[in-house]
Amino acid sequence: MNVPAQEAPFETVRDVVVENPVISAQKLDFWYGQSQALFANDLDIAPRKVTAIIGPSGCGKSTHLRVYNRIFEQYRGQRAGGRVLLDGQDLLAPGTDSIALRRRIGMIFQKPTPFPMSIFENVAYGVRLHFSFSRKELERKVEESLRAAALWDEVKDLLHKPGTALSGGQQQRLCIARALAMSPDVLLMDEPTSAIDPVATARIEELVLQLKERLTVVIVTHNMQQAARISDHTAFFHLGRIIEFGATAKMFTNPSHPKTEEYITGRFG
Amino acid sequence: MHRQLNREIEKLKQHVLKLGAQVEAAVFDALTACREHRRDLAEAVVAGDAAIDQAEIDLEEECLKLFALYQPVAGDLRFLVAVLKINNDLERIGDLAVNIAERAVFLADHPLPAFPFDFTRMAEVTARMLRQSLDALSSGRLEPAREVAAMDDEVDGINRAMYRQVQDAMRAEPDRIGSLIQVLGISRSLERIADHATDIAEDVVYMASGEIVRHPTLPRRT
Repeated sequence: MNVPAQEAPFETVRDVVVENPVISAQKLDFWYGQSQALFANDLDIAPRKVTAIIGPSGCGKSTHLRVYNRIFEQYRGQRAGGRVLLDGQDLLAPGTDSIALRRRIGMIFQKPTPFPMSIFENVAYGVRLHFSFSRKELERKVEESLRAAALWDEVKDLLHKPGTALSGGQQQRLCIARALAMSPDVLLMDEPTSAIDPVATARIEELVLQLKERLTVVIVTHNMQQAARISDHTAFFHLGRIIEFGATAKMFTNPSHPKTEEYITGRFG
Repeated sequence: MHRQLNREIEKLKQHVLKLGAQVEAAVFDALTACREHRRDLAEAVVAGDAAIDQAEIDLEEECLKLFALYQPVAGDLRFLVAVLKINNDLERIGDLAVNIAERAVFLADHPLPAFPFDFTRMAEVTARMLRQSLDALSSGRLEPAREVAAMDDEVDGINRAMYRQVQDAMRAEPDRIGSLIQVLGISRSLERIADHATDIAEDVVYMASGEIVRHPTLPRRT
């Protein structure tokens, strides 16, 4: 009998085993219409750690991230296959409450996206939708979130000014405060500092390091030094596959896969 | 940006290899001066040390510049770290060559009929270790680098035996104690040159493989 020739199965190089992952992507595939963008991604996200996803443009890193809170389903023709477990439940399963999911898994985008309303309302808006807080509780929640986003001291006297009047870096921290107000378990950050200046970037990075004391962060970044500075684990994506996943310190001093070495030293991408 | 770093790294490699060649020549000349009672050669080694010192400073500044400008990672990072450390070893070897040369000046005026220990073999193995560690640096090959550590054992052995032999010679010929003390110093300097060559080889192993091979008795981190 003739057996069709098969491509050798692809294996991700892994040098860490994640215990009790918060999110576990298993054989995750993704399609934009007919075009497959992710191929059998297996990735475990460690609790209260920062996981960085790096790779050249078009490698699938943002696509992968966007599956975690099912934001892709807002767009026609996009679909995911495989499983993504959140606390053991497949969040891709039909019947998953996307709204509740996005409360638990917040997201920060490349460009700050403040709502066209006051700084206070930017943070309070989602809280009002999800929780029935008294005015006092709401004010406390807003202050707590702005403090956690390291923005309170700068805006405490401007709470009723429009959020869009803040600088780019402040707007991004406002978006982080808005996400934190939902008390999420996981914060997804899709190139959160690529549109802001180096000083504002440093503040966000510092903030990420503080945030991991209370939640899990997954960050997609083009900035390799940023991944090296702030993450505990790094996944290197290439052409929709995870080439290498490991401890960040090891990956940036002695990567195991030659493709990783080529990418992080700038030989391609 | 990366092509620029590549070019800088290639340039740095040429500089460190050039310093290596200078240091190797200094060691060779110092040993020749000992063997052939050549005061002129010994003095040239002493005079040449300033150029080695200057090259060391230049190399270090070059490395620091590349760290600051490119924030290198992975193989590039390991290369720069290795060069910083090897640079230091080479400068120290240069100083030890001067130390041997200064003793050669004394011996030129107070020659011994023969060294009381196997100087020829010790000099030969030490010079080979230095050559081989620099070759490994040039090629990035692991095998020659790993062999250097094994060669160090022989040099250590000759150095250990030397103490007793020099002691015996001092008892037998007390009027030559001055020269014998110089010989003892030469053996110690050679032994330390061999140690630095081993350090260089170990840094080449790190550079090429990421593996830290110093302190083999420590448990390996995975």
